[in-house]
Amino acid sequence: MALHQSLDRAPVRQVRKPSSARRSGAVRRREQALGWAMLGPAVLLLILFVVVPALLAFGLAFTNARLLAPYAPSFVGLDNFVRLFQDETFWHSLLNVAYFAVVVVPLQSGVALGMALLINVKVRGVNFFRTLYFLPVVTSMVVVSLLWLFMYRQEGLLNEIIARVTFGLVHGPDWLNNTSTAMPAIILMSVWQAAGFHMIIWLSGLQTIPADLYEAAAIDGVGGWQRFRFITWPSLRPTRNLILVTITIQALSLFTQINVMTQGGPLDSTSTIVFQAVRAGFQQQETSYASAISLVFFVLVLIVSGVQRYLTREKS
Amino acid sequence: MKTALKRVLAASVAAVAIGGSLAACGSGSGSGGSGDGANGTLTLWTHNAGNAAELAADQSLVDAFNASQSKVKIKVQAFPQDSYNNSVVSAAAAHKLPCLVDIDEPNVPNWAWSKYLQPLNLSADLSQNLPSTVGKWNGQTYSVGLYDVALAMFARKSDLQAAGVRVPTAEKPWTKDEFNSALASLKKLGKWDYPLDLGTAGTGEWLPYAYSPLLQSFGGDLINRTDYQTADGALNGDKAVAWAQWFRGLVTQGYMAQKSGQDSTKDFLNGKSAIVYTGSWAADQARKALGDDLVVLPVPNLGAGPKIGGGSWQWGVTTGCQNSQAAMDFLSFMLKPENVAKVASATGTIPATQAAAALMPDYAANGADSVFREFSKSYAVMRPETPAYPFIATEFGKTVQDILSGGDAKSALDKAVKNINDNIKSNNGYKS
Repeated sequence: MALHQSLDRAPVRQVRKPSSARRSGAVRRREQALGWAMLGPAVLLLILFVVVPALLAFGLAFTNARLLAPYAPSFVGLDNFVRLFQDETFWHSLLNVAYFAVVVVPLQSGVALGMALLINVKVRGVNFFRTLYFLPVVTSMVVVSLLWLFMYRQEGLLNEIIARVTFGLVHGPDWLNNTSTAMPAIILMSVWQAAGFHMIIWLSGLQTIPADLYEAAAIDGVGGWQRFRFITWPSLRPTRNLILVTITIQALSLFTQINVMTQGGPLDSTSTIVFQAVRAGFQQQETSYASAISLVFFVLVLIVSGVQRYLTREKS
Repeated sequence: MKTALKRVLAASVAAVAIGGSLAACGSGSGSGGSGDGANGTLTLWTHNAGNAAELAADQSLVDAFNASQSKVKIKVQAFPQDSYNNSVVSAAAAHKLPCLVDIDEPNVPNWAWSKYLQPLNLSADLSQNLPSTVGKWNGQTYSVGLYDVALAMFARKSDLQAAGVRVPTAEKPWTKDEFNSALASLKKLGKWDYPLDLGTAGTGEWLPYAYSPLLQSFGGDLINRTDYQTADGALNGDKAVAWAQWFRGLVTQGYMAQKSGQDSTKDFLNGKSAIVYTGSWAADQARKALGDDLVVLPVPNLGAGPKIGGGSWQWGVTTGCQNSQAAMDFLSFMLKPENVAKVASATGTIPATQAAAALMPDYAANGADSVFREFSKSYAVMRPETPAYPFIATEFGKTVQDILSGGDAKSALDKAVKNINDNIKSNNGYKS
């Protein structure tokens, strides 16, 4: 289409007076400059606060830099990485993050899609539910974590409800102090908090599906499940890919909940890579070791998103 | 595609090079060089923005000092406690430290080793101070505090009597067996789910502050204090393992919750526990609520004598200060008995000197709080005076949590020892 247009225009441009051609070139240059000027501040800030610190971290990972030290950092090669790969807690963290991501990605996107389908109808009061579902998202994760910390206690709200519903037959566990329930508890809370955000993305995807597809399907006498399976689901493809990638990255960088609720415990059952990096870098002052962890994390995220990009690529 | 990739690579390499050199000059030579104090104004940083009473007391001392002479002015800047350490560390890295800083005592060796603090040279006599109110490293004094706090256990006299348990005294604390059987008797009363509350929900510095004295009372320690080069034997020896098993045993026997409530003192006052492990800071509140029924118990003697942690917030002078003499004068001024008494009264803490204690009714001989001063004087053990302490503290904190959660005592302690020793080695033994 674009090519066709420019071919159409080519002869016209040839007969134009040279001055006009020059002017259109100047206009284009000015537009380009304007574009760069608009990009400028954002790019500058990104470089200053994202790219430079990231690269700094990559460099520091191969030194013995500390947060506080009387000596200048020196190059120590792969020491930090050797130590990291020998650290049991690191492997625990890796497993925990994998567990978290494998459960959260399908669960959270599924719940979000379900909610999006529910609120993608034209009935009175639907805005009320949209707001309700979105409410946890606008609440700070720290606040949410603190609230759920109380709910998950041995004699907290959740166990109280379990006891009431089962007429006192079942007494819930001490959710966050039990190695087998701590991570599921955090998963449940995280999905509850973040699903609303992805619901909005699903919703925007749903609303781009042309209504005439559904009308045609209705004429053909298509049922609810078939309508979802053959119209809605295929049409959501770009949205789906976006959600897959964003939830995965969000899941891999699990930190806030852990920091507030469990500090990685009990017995490393909720420790994560980012939590380990923050702990090493700030509490333990080992800047270089924390940088090494961050570098490994970066490579990990890169690989995972690369694989996802490859699997969800446009096959044309 | 290929050229784009090349360009990205080239840019990255360049940026790494620039980044590397930036890092080198950023965290290089440790000394402050801040320039504070050059123009007759000295800045003082304190952690107590969230503690109005203490801040007001500090401010009034500063005002009095400013009024007492005309050469220099001290200016107070207060930070919330949670972000205070981070603020100081980042200011140190940026060479923007003020002349006077507030320091949590166990961090003093680390900051002194990093060359952010200079040795104190005061006209005031520190020999009469409680030993735990003076921060030392490598044979030199780097900080001095106006007060300390003391760990203790609170109980109700009526509960102990009902359970038929002896009320321990500072001269004759409970032995380990007495403590264990007291818990058993209290548990039998059936009044509480868990009779003991050691504040196991605590995090951060609370963990080493509260639980390393119990370890030391068993005869273990966080590190070998002869040369501070290894934790082997101290933190994973038989005595340390015995401590860990005893500690976990308190949970498995149902004497104490694996994770206590958020506010142990409040839970105790509300009748949710029989014995609470807290400290001098909670005494006023408890006495108001319970009156004469409150008994302040010394910590038990678990074998090697009763131990509590020593060292609270103290004051130091940074290396970059342009007018160290004025900063030292200010510290000497703060140490006058009436000034110490003023701050200690405002904060409900133990005054650093006997002369100040004499000015405070509660801390004077036989005063209601004099027992805390007694505990501090006879039981206090400083946290290891080594620059490795901040690292040791976080490792020990995690180990305590793992032990409470039922992790194998010996392997948890071995892991902590390995990490601590590795850290000491990678810092060349933290030699000065």
